[in-house]
Amino acid sequence: MIMSEQVKLNRDLAKMLKGGVIMDVTTSEQARIAEDAGACAVMALERIPADIRQAGGVSRMSDPKMIKKIQSAVSIPVMAKCRIGHFVEAQILEAIEIDYIDESEVLSPADDIYHIDKTMFKVPFVCGARNLGEALRRIAEGATMIRTKGEPGTGDVIQAVRHLRAMNAEISRISSMRKDEIFEAAKELQVPHELLLSVHEEGRLPVVNFAAGGVATPADAALMMQLGAEGVFVGSGIFKSGDPKKRASAIVKAVTNYMDPAVLAEVSEDLGEAMVGINENEIAVLMAERGK
Amino acid sequence: MDRNITVGVVAVQGAFEEHCTALDKLGVYVREIRSPSDLLTKINGMVFPGGESTAQGKLLRESGLFDIMLQMIKDGLPVYGTCAGMVLLAKHIENDERKHFAVMDITVKRNAYGRQLGSFMTTGDFGGIGKIPMYFIRAPYISSAGKDVTILSRDENGAITAAREANMLVTSFHPEVTDDLTVHSYFLSMI
Repeated sequence: MIMSEQVKLNRDLAKMLKGGVIMDVTTSEQARIAEDAGACAVMALERIPADIRQAGGVSRMSDPKMIKKIQSAVSIPVMAKCRIGHFVEAQILEAIEIDYIDESEVLSPADDIYHIDKTMFKVPFVCGARNLGEALRRIAEGATMIRTKGEPGTGDVIQAVRHLRAMNAEISRISSMRKDEIFEAAKELQVPHELLLSVHEEGRLPVVNFAAGGVATPADAALMMQLGAEGVFVGSGIFKSGDPKKRASAIVKAVTNYMDPAVLAEVSEDLGEAMVGINENEIAVLMAERGK
Repeated sequence: MDRNITVGVVAVQGAFEEHCTALDKLGVYVREIRSPSDLLTKINGMVFPGGESTAQGKLLRESGLFDIMLQMIKDGLPVYGTCAGMVLLAKHIENDERKHFAVMDITVKRNAYGRQLGSFMTTGDFGGIGKIPMYFIRAPYISSAGKDVTILSRDENGAITAAREANMLVTSFHPEVTDDLTVHSYFLSMI
């Protein structure tokens, strides 16, 4: 497959984030706590998903001034969210030289049909996906990194698990097909044949895949890693907990040592209150339903 | 190359898998290093991959790997640091108060080409061996080097992007994301 240099550079930046934790932060103090705890990047936003849920109403891109403050506070990559389909918010984020844009279902969608044509941008995009079809459609639109959607702001990992398992199951199914069956499979999944063929050949997504949406504990993070995630986004889980500094650091260590239960036991000790979760059946708005 | 050589690839965070693949293609044994127990049996060389130096430095310290590795480097173990790995090995970091192994006599500037929009690809000469593809991703460069440091490549503005001092090799760019094995072969020749 022919790939532009920019797409390769953007996919490669995601590779540098692998084995790491990307943390939601709302202030420069939080950003520094995240960096000191060993985050490989931060996501700058005005309100974390749990508060977006509670506040209700329309949720938009954060104030660029607030994002710039966070950019100047840390040396690790800074990401920010724009609404699904809101290509002007994306243009603004590119203008302030954000390192990665998250076209995110956590914010209110601006377009219920079209996602952003991410191939028109130089800056990289990460997008959420619940299954292989969504992931490959986003990659076709130019996303250079994927994360499971999970269900943000709930502290409940079940949806992230469901989405990652769904993606893995579909990748295994595609890998085990005959090559001549990929045409039909591409039609069924509504994805470009070329991308599905690369999944068939490589046995993996063509871009880095992180887990997101509901990760609240070191054990949750390690669970996602053992299920095959290449890194983890933690949104509300850290700064909604009793001891953010300690929990942030514990989750970072859990992601590195995800196969070592002794380390996981050690870092899980004495973390204080986890975020108060919302169970799946208590959720009023299913953010994962946004943008298919 | 021979299978009697084992290279440890530091696997606490970052693009370590890509280094493993490149080294595997060159026919040496590769071992991922996550905890001190991974260093109980001998390795002949060690790679510090790209990623975030702040995250890697912290994880290495907390796992107890840091002091063991520092001693191994001082004892002459051949090491290769890419991007963040170069920052970890540098004696001085121009724009960061943090220091890590501080063993190589170079001054490094972190994120020297700016944010992701400043990332770029080019081809350039590596150590007089030939032209190779070079991917710079939020890369650092070497702003000054001590007298015992051999310069292996420079960017078009003259900044140093690859260098060697005794048992230590560093590059600002990422040969592990390309199919070109020149830099990895060079590293293995140091073993």
